[in-house]
Amino acid sequence: MTAPLARSLAGIVGPRWVRSRPAELRTFEADGLPTHAARPRLVVLPGNRSEVTDVIGALHRAGIPWVARGAGTGLSGGALAESDSVLVVLTRLNRILSLDSARQRAVVEPGVVNARLSEAALPFGLHYAPDPSSQSACTLGGNVAENAGGPHCLKYGVTTNHVMALEVLLPDGSLVRLGSPQGESWGPDLVGLFVGSEGMFGIALEITLRLTPVPPAIRTLLADFATVRAASEAVSAIIARGIVPAALEMMDQACIRAVEASIFAAGYPTDAGAILLVELDGQAEAVAGESSEVEALLCQAGARTVRAASTPAERARLWQGRKKAFGAAGRIAPDLVVQDAVVPRSSLPDILERIAAIGRSHQLIISNVFHAGDGNLHPNISYDSRDPELSARVKLASREIMAVCVAAGGSITGEHGVGVDKLDYMPLIFDPESLRAMCAVRRVFDPAGRANPHKVVPVHYCKEWGRH
Amino acid sequence: MGAALSNPIFMRLRHALGESAVESDGAGRPRAVPETTDGVAQVCGLAHEQGWRVRLEGRGSWMPPDAPADLALTTRGLSRIVGVAAADLVATSEAGVPLALLQRELAAAGAWLAIDPPGHPERSLGSIVATGTAGPLRHGFGPLRDHILGGTIVTGDGRVIKAGGSVVKNVAGYDLTKLQVGGFGAFGVVTQLHLRLRAAPALRLTLLARAERDVLTRQARALAEAQIAAAALELFSPQLAAATEWVLALELTGTEATVEAEAARVVSHSEVSWSRLPPEPASAFWNATARGPLAAPITLRLGVFPDGIDELIDLLHEQLQPGLLSAGPGRGMLRWSGNAAVDALRAVRRIAAEREVPLTLERAPWPVRYALGHFGAYREGVGVLVAKLRNTFDPDPTFPVALEGEHE
Repeated sequence: MTAPLARSLAGIVGPRWVRSRPAELRTFEADGLPTHAARPRLVVLPGNRSEVTDVIGALHRAGIPWVARGAGTGLSGGALAESDSVLVVLTRLNRILSLDSARQRAVVEPGVVNARLSEAALPFGLHYAPDPSSQSACTLGGNVAENAGGPHCLKYGVTTNHVMALEVLLPDGSLVRLGSPQGESWGPDLVGLFVGSEGMFGIALEITLRLTPVPPAIRTLLADFATVRAASEAVSAIIARGIVPAALEMMDQACIRAVEASIFAAGYPTDAGAILLVELDGQAEAVAGESSEVEALLCQAGARTVRAASTPAERARLWQGRKKAFGAAGRIAPDLVVQDAVVPRSSLPDILERIAAIGRSHQLIISNVFHAGDGNLHPNISYDSRDPELSARVKLASREIMAVCVAAGGSITGEHGVGVDKLDYMPLIFDPESLRAMCAVRRVFDPAGRANPHKVVPVHYCKEWGRH
Repeated sequence: MGAALSNPIFMRLRHALGESAVESDGAGRPRAVPETTDGVAQVCGLAHEQGWRVRLEGRGSWMPPDAPADLALTTRGLSRIVGVAAADLVATSEAGVPLALLQRELAAAGAWLAIDPPGHPERSLGSIVATGTAGPLRHGFGPLRDHILGGTIVTGDGRVIKAGGSVVKNVAGYDLTKLQVGGFGAFGVVTQLHLRLRAAPALRLTLLARAERDVLTRQARALAEAQIAAAALELFSPQLAAATEWVLALELTGTEATVEAEAARVVSHSEVSWSRLPPEPASAFWNATARGPLAAPITLRLGVFPDGIDELIDLLHEQLQPGLLSAGPGRGMLRWSGNAAVDALRAVRRIAAEREVPLTLERAPWPVRYALGHFGAYREGVGVLVAKLRNTFDPDPTFPVALEGEHE
């Protein structure tokens, strides 16, 4: 069955860019999350937009489901394809098509790596603000699909706040242009609707992004606290003062120790209950003023020490441990489940205590590293996925953590998307009618349901909605 | 009133909602004033079942209440501020709450919703969201969509849908909220909103410069290049600013120290002289320029880059009366209010489209909306998607909303 399909796709992209042998397919089985794996029927790597269009057209005519994939760093199982589906990998579409420094816009293909755009914009004094921790690997197409965030989204907004226009290949092989480079749309806000649709509405072939001036001054503060509660109170105090730091990140003791024991050691105090990384940017005078205010607030909240860094090298060192925290967790155990819940900021200390209690009751190691400024938690559970009993406890604990966050008025995902990992949690926050509405909207873009099937909304909610 | 009372729709609605929740509109037709989301759903469900057309209204201060319909449905009964979580910088409010009232409540809690849409201060949140109208604060705080975290929507056939959430970061499910912001009610009625707040700034400082238009647009560009951290940067035509010359208005927000430092930078990057407005005249200036468009029957916005504003103003002057103009020389966008014939507006939309500039009809009497549509010129393939989305949220349309200019 697969051989004729492989031949037909090879006719479009060349035989070198179709993968069908089991050993080749293994590379594409996961997206960084150890709890979910799936082997696609085939993998195809088109090299340009016309090849993507032809591939999707061919799959549409053959009635074959498919999944678009960037770098596969999503951590929600969103880019996994089941054995009936073709995985369409877009990493070869990696050109920055234009960069207009005067208007602060860039047009990119979906396979451009996030950090590469900021590098390309830097000579013009600009950067692309959303900076997921995986920014050196993740692609902008994937960022659009997931509405990705990152530490600096506290001040600058997430992906959706930076996407101005899209050229979208719909699952039936037709093309539509959504939005305008100016940001004003030619109709309802379909760009906003598309961003975060997790690859289920089509493929963004061209993405027009807003670039942001590089701030003239940046100052990073590292404060350490005896307890998570004290660090959380410092977060609230900073926000309440009306100061919007560029980033406001927290790591708890388990995470600090993992980082400090790894090659990514950043000099964090290992006896601290929690550390806060606060980054302020803007004009030099404003940064100086805000940073002394923040320093005072940190001390009032009980910071034991506050270190400041202004040079790029010093700042990079303070950030290193944060950016590499997930990698450092590899020292604790072979596998890591990264959760992605959001809670109201004021409930952070209580929620973190509840999460710790859940960890204890299931005898699991949970470390926390997260975007404290916007309440986006990343409780990380380290374990060995080869142990089925342990894996079952991880699953149970994950669900309990989500339930706690939802009960506090939170959400099940802040930046990684639902994918398959959080599919079961969707009914915790949306009633059946709302889930049915989502399915109905999906059908507008993809009536046959072939783009990234069985993600985001549990399939049994998709049965009835009006007369369509 | 007697004739209205015997109207069968009137009777059915009163039976369903209770006596006090149904009144007569100016033309003797029934107007439902539900006080809950369920009440709105009941009206829409009944209307859909009976084939009645329902005109959506807020507090009646922005869009003229003139779309042809069998009954009106106002959201002004949805008047509760459900909750303000100042520490979390989020609030939940029903759609009929007037913006000014919400801002007062927020200010008492030390918080602020950083929007300043055109129109009356008593405009309802629902109206602001449905029309997607943003004012000068979009320069520093982004378009309206950036302030809306989620909400509750009632579809044309009476279903209740929750979209988004009440936390500041959320990617669970498709972002259905975006469709409502600037959807003109074509995709349902928003009954409740979760809003993203800012901490109320310690200081707000307004600076004004008066000069020839080209001097001010050049000045605005210089400020943008100097990365002046302004909350608002807006250019106003003499008529809108009630002045003899064009006015460039700048608002700085923050602590006293940061505002003063930034004000000094503004001066050092300026070829024009700036006057500082004390708080009360400043607030009066922004209110007056926000209300300005109400003096004219039609308001439209053009999505233009800052470097295209001058040329577009010239175009508007050639094609239409000078009108009341405001523009964002830092981030783009131009708003025109005035009176014009449909053909003239159509010509402007066509010329703008040739320059890749979208024109949205924000406000106009029904015959103009009907003829032109709020949007008019879609890009290829978009019209089909919009029609299907509309059919999803308002099958056999209950709401008379002229999204497209269907009647050219």
